[in-house]
Amino acid sequence: MERYVIAILVEDQPGILTRVSSMFNRRGFNIDSLTVSATEDKGFSRITISLTGDESVRTQIVRQLRKLYNVKEVKVMEREKSVYRELALIKLRNSPSTRQEILSAVDIFRSKIVDFSPNTLCVEITGETSKIEAFIALVEPLGILEMCRTGIVGIERGCSFLNSETSL
Amino acid sequence: MILSGADIVVETLIEQGVKTVFGYPGGQVINLYDSIYTRRDRIEHVLTAHEQGASHAADGYARASGEVGVVIATSGPGATNLVTGIATAHLDSIPLVAITGNVPNSLIGKDSFQEVDITGITLPITKHNFLVKNVEKLADTIREAFVIAKSGRPGPVLVDIPKDVQVAKCPYQPCPVVEKKPLKSAKENQLALAAKMITESEKPYIYYGGGVISADASTEMIALADKIDAPIGCTMMGLSAIPTNHPRFLGMEGMHGHYASSVGQDEADLIITIGARFSDRATGNVAKYARRAKIIHIDGDRAELCKNINADLGISGDIKDALTRLIDLVMETKHDAWMSRIEELKLTEAAQFRKVTATDRLTPYALITETAKHTAADTPVVTDVGQHQMWVAQFYPFRKNRTFISSGGLGTMGFGLGAAIGAAKATGKRTVLFTGDGSFGMNLNELATVTAENLPVTIVIMNNHVLGMVRQWQTLFFQQHYSNTDLHCRKTDFMKLADAFGLPGYRISDLSELSSVMDKAFAEDGPVLVECLIDQDEFVLPMLPPGGCIEDIITERGDA
Repeated sequence: MERYVIAILVEDQPGILTRVSSMFNRRGFNIDSLTVSATEDKGFSRITISLTGDESVRTQIVRQLRKLYNVKEVKVMEREKSVYRELALIKLRNSPSTRQEILSAVDIFRSKIVDFSPNTLCVEITGETSKIEAFIALVEPLGILEMCRTGIVGIERGCSFLNSETSL
Repeated sequence: MILSGADIVVETLIEQGVKTVFGYPGGQVINLYDSIYTRRDRIEHVLTAHEQGASHAADGYARASGEVGVVIATSGPGATNLVTGIATAHLDSIPLVAITGNVPNSLIGKDSFQEVDITGITLPITKHNFLVKNVEKLADTIREAFVIAKSGRPGPVLVDIPKDVQVAKCPYQPCPVVEKKPLKSAKENQLALAAKMITESEKPYIYYGGGVISADASTEMIALADKIDAPIGCTMMGLSAIPTNHPRFLGMEGMHGHYASSVGQDEADLIITIGARFSDRATGNVAKYARRAKIIHIDGDRAELCKNINADLGISGDIKDALTRLIDLVMETKHDAWMSRIEELKLTEAAQFRKVTATDRLTPYALITETAKHTAADTPVVTDVGQHQMWVAQFYPFRKNRTFISSGGLGTMGFGLGAAIGAAKATGKRTVLFTGDGSFGMNLNELATVTAENLPVTIVIMNNHVLGMVRQWQTLFFQQHYSNTDLHCRKTDFMKLADAFGLPGYRISDLSELSSVMDKAFAEDGPVLVECLIDQDEFVLPMLPPGGCIEDIITERGDA
């Protein structure tokens, strides 16, 4: 079982997110994270899905996605040729006994404090999933009060583009 | 010219070559029905008794003709009544355009009277669907619906049109009939690889499905079989693509397939799969399916490759084109040992068959064979779902492509009568419907349509007073717990039913009456109903138990 990221370029039509997510649901494929965003082209949105599965599942997902009418491009973002990023906001208990430890962790992970109150502080951390998970594991014993993550976005390095019509 | 949305819908249908639509009026399609009324000399509308019947009729029309079937329904319950029909067409890849009315844009999302989110409901059972919010987009959306329905692997498309869009006006320009988007051609190196695998094979077996019918590729498939000296078996959806009596044809394989077809497939060293999707009903236990064979899988839909079975070689592309090129790449071969083994399996099957059918009872076999004496090569033969469907699939001598019309993937009981209406409309020929008392009970209201249209439909009801297929499973796997499958308590008198709906009815209760009553029934001009009383414990055999493999095949009843 491998974790991989699929980028999907879709026409910006009503219900397109439902069409895509319903396909995963209907065929029993599990999604680890899903993000939707605007792209360089107003008529299109980009859906990034990260999931875990074997090669046959990955192939099947890509082929089923390509059958959807409003889907223009589907591409597996290969790890070694792509940049993956995720952002997390983590609210921690702010107490004199843990504060210093949190601040050192924030410093080491090159993350930042985005909110500070007498009882709580909030950390913003960006990076690859593994980095975020390492940070979470580190601060978990200190008391995570609330957390949210954006899910993975990914883009290929260099001159590869999701939209096959794009060129330099 | 400036037309209303409703007029545009009907003009676009006419422009796309639609001659007949099936449907049912209602509050949110009154405008559409008015446009149909004013164009009734250019397009025919068949009013059914229920929207579900209309959806099956449009489906049957498409299956019999190869054209896109069209069904119209109003919003809310009208639209939801189409759902089973749309799902049936989706699972069997039948081109269908369903048009529904909806509440005006201003009332959408307010739980208005007869409002449902039909595009949401049908999302997983359509190839695509549209909610048209703007009259300017209406004509092009309907054209696009036809393109999607008939291109590639065909399927149903739904177009939902709010009432205000039907009322609004805009310019309309007629367009030519839309073309199918061509499928990509199979890759040459893959075909070469297939040819190599075929050359190396000593026991090749061609296994095809409904994809051969929609690609109109049976001639090419038979030519390939002749050149490489291979037997041909099929899925239920492939039936009628080649004549049943073709010397290479072993019949349907799988759960209720022919013995020689299923065993032949198990013994083969190469299975050349064409336009089939390895449904669980066809493969049984996938771990043990085709253990001795390599598999080549040729399909128009790339997503079918490696979905249910990991083929050794998957080839996606236009089936007709791929087969034509493959024929040129393979060498002419003879497989005498293999073909004589196949002959041996056929003899075993014939012996089993004689044992099961040698009886003086009114058996389904006797009934189907007698009916076939009265039909022509191009008679559409429609079924419902259950034991009778399997018996027809096993015993009816098909002679011409697109003459077997049956719900395969979804297995929709109640499909038959509507589909028979559609097939009769599409072909203008006498159509035979084989049904059971269970299936027929689901949508028998469509008898009203059959008589209203005076359609030449011969309805043959195999009445065993039970839900036979489920009963068979209960006998075999559930210790004869006949839970809710005994219909003897129903007091339905099918002769009175026929009379009430205004068509002649005949009853056959004994083998001795079979021939003479069928003679009379087929002498009728319009619709006719024939009830045949058969034994409640007739089995569909052979049977591969669900999830089983060829060693588990049941060829006769233990207690018989």
